[in-house]
Amino acid sequence: MIDALLPSEFSELEPFAAKWCLATEQERYMERLSSSMTEMQALYDAVTARAEEAMVYCDKFPLDEMPDDALNLLRLLYSMVMVSFPVEVWGQPRIPDTGAAYLDLLVEPIP
Amino acid sequence: MARFPKPPEGSWTEHYGLGTEPMSYEDSISTEFFELEREAIFKRAWLNVGRVEQLPRNGSYFTKELVVARTSVIIVRDREGQVRAFHNVCRHRGNKLVWNDFPKEETSGISRQFVCKYHGWRYDLDGSCSFVQQEQEFFDLDKADYGLVPVHCDVWAGFIFIHLGKEPEQSLTEFLGPMVTALENYPFHLQSERWFYRSPVNANWKLYLDAFQEFYHAPVLHAKQTPPDFSAAAQKAGFEAPYYGIDGPHRVVSTAGIHPWNLAPNQLKPMEILTRSGLFGPWDMPDLNFEQQPAGLNPAGCDPWGLDSFQIFPNFVILIWGQSWYLTYHYWPTASNQHIFEGTLYFVPAKTARERVAHELAALSFKEYGHQDANTLEATQTMLESRVLDRFPLGDQEVLCRHLHKVAGEWVDDYKRQLTEV
Ligand code: FES
Ligand SMILES: [Fe+2]
Repeated sequence: MIDALLPSEFSELEPFAAKWCLATEQERYMERLSSSMTEMQALYDAVTARAEEAMVYCDKFPLDEMPDDALNLLRLLYSMVMVSFPVEVWGQPRIPDTGAAYLDLLVEPIP
Repeated sequence: MARFPKPPEGSWTEHYGLGTEPMSYEDSISTEFFELEREAIFKRAWLNVGRVEQLPRNGSYFTKELVVARTSVIIVRDREGQVRAFHNVCRHRGNKLVWNDFPKEETSGISRQFVCKYHGWRYDLDGSCSFVQQEQEFFDLDKADYGLVPVHCDVWAGFIFIHLGKEPEQSLTEFLGPMVTALENYPFHLQSERWFYRSPVNANWKLYLDAFQEFYHAPVLHAKQTPPDFSAAAQKAGFEAPYYGIDGPHRVVSTAGIHPWNLAPNQLKPMEILTRSGLFGPWDMPDLNFEQQPAGLNPAGCDPWGLDSFQIFPNFVILIWGQSWYLTYHYWPTASNQHIFEGTLYFVPAKTARERVAHELAALSFKEYGHQDANTLEATQTMLESRVLDRFPLGDQEVLCRHLHKVAGEWVDDYKRQLTEV
């Protein structure tokens, strides 16, 4: 694959990469709100199965000098965390009973 | 049966002499009371506006919109490295001095001077006026008389405070008092990985403080956040704090903790096990290099210890977790039934991807809980405003709510007394 976003060892996660390798929490949260439970369950199942290996892979690099493909893999792990609440507890993208409330994350560590 | 001993009086509420009668929440719905709070509280107390790490270099600055005091303030590190504060207003014809694109939005950056967008007057980082466009056109104008208007500013343990009064009645450390200043040696400065959240909330600022200074609600409101086995046990047990402290206008609640890594897997969410993290923070804790744990921490000597939440009057909270990180809350009133909530999480900077992923789950958990807390407030505010009820019973685990409203009332009364004495 020429345009692979992820390291080749993680090629089976490639179908999720374009949608979920997002740089900011705000983007990942918006993606969660606009995704179906089926999409999030699929991401969750695929990434949790490889999460331990992915962390071992990413830990080969200093956090501030990650090659692009490893950085994408790390962002995919962030998205796995992001969808864990809908998948594990809520059964829906949004936090129940929270109407229009929102809590914007304006400053976060990079990466 | 209480799990933790109560003070000899039989309750924390009586121990601190706060009265046990039902409380009125009129102070959270009255627009007149809110108008008084602007002057009586927010212009007479030291207000935290951030931390020194937000001003990394000489010339670093940020602005703070203080709607409650009808002003905006520039906080800047000057050429000598001193942190200073000024009202964000140009001395020429009153334009807001520092802003980008939207005048009401806060901004930050680094600069050698401040230049007014309107007619180009310039100010040094120490506030002095350094340039007047076409100075010869003015009448007996001495630039030395036209420096920025200073705001009292002081720093404690890396936290930057301002005071909007003419002359503060107390120095910052006098104001903070022994209970808070006992935290002085806690290594706040090592925890420079910053996550900053903001949310407009349609409720009085004191209601959100209340929501975070009692944990009586936690097993109920947040029940669905945890696996059913855990929630059921938590709800059955209810919540009890081992310690409540009061020092002047400030408060602390301390809680006992759990070691999540010792829980049975059915008490945990799979993502917590996978990332070794959760609401209470990462399980693999950084070394905070304590020579000695500050005397003010974990006042009940709990092992495991959960957290200490210091409520610093009026609108600032420092919450220190047993799992070696901390967070702050700020509640900035904008109307009697509105405020801006800010939550800021601080970790020792992640050095590895694994640590960073653990922070991600701790931060997201904070957000999921915060959403639930915030939305309840709007539901409370609207029904308080119905004035169908005007007396509300508070339990002993809500002792700190009682104290906040009492102190707010006292500050307003004191201010009114001073007004009539003049
Ligand atoms: S108002 Fe600032 S230069 Fe005129
Ligand atoms: Fe809560």
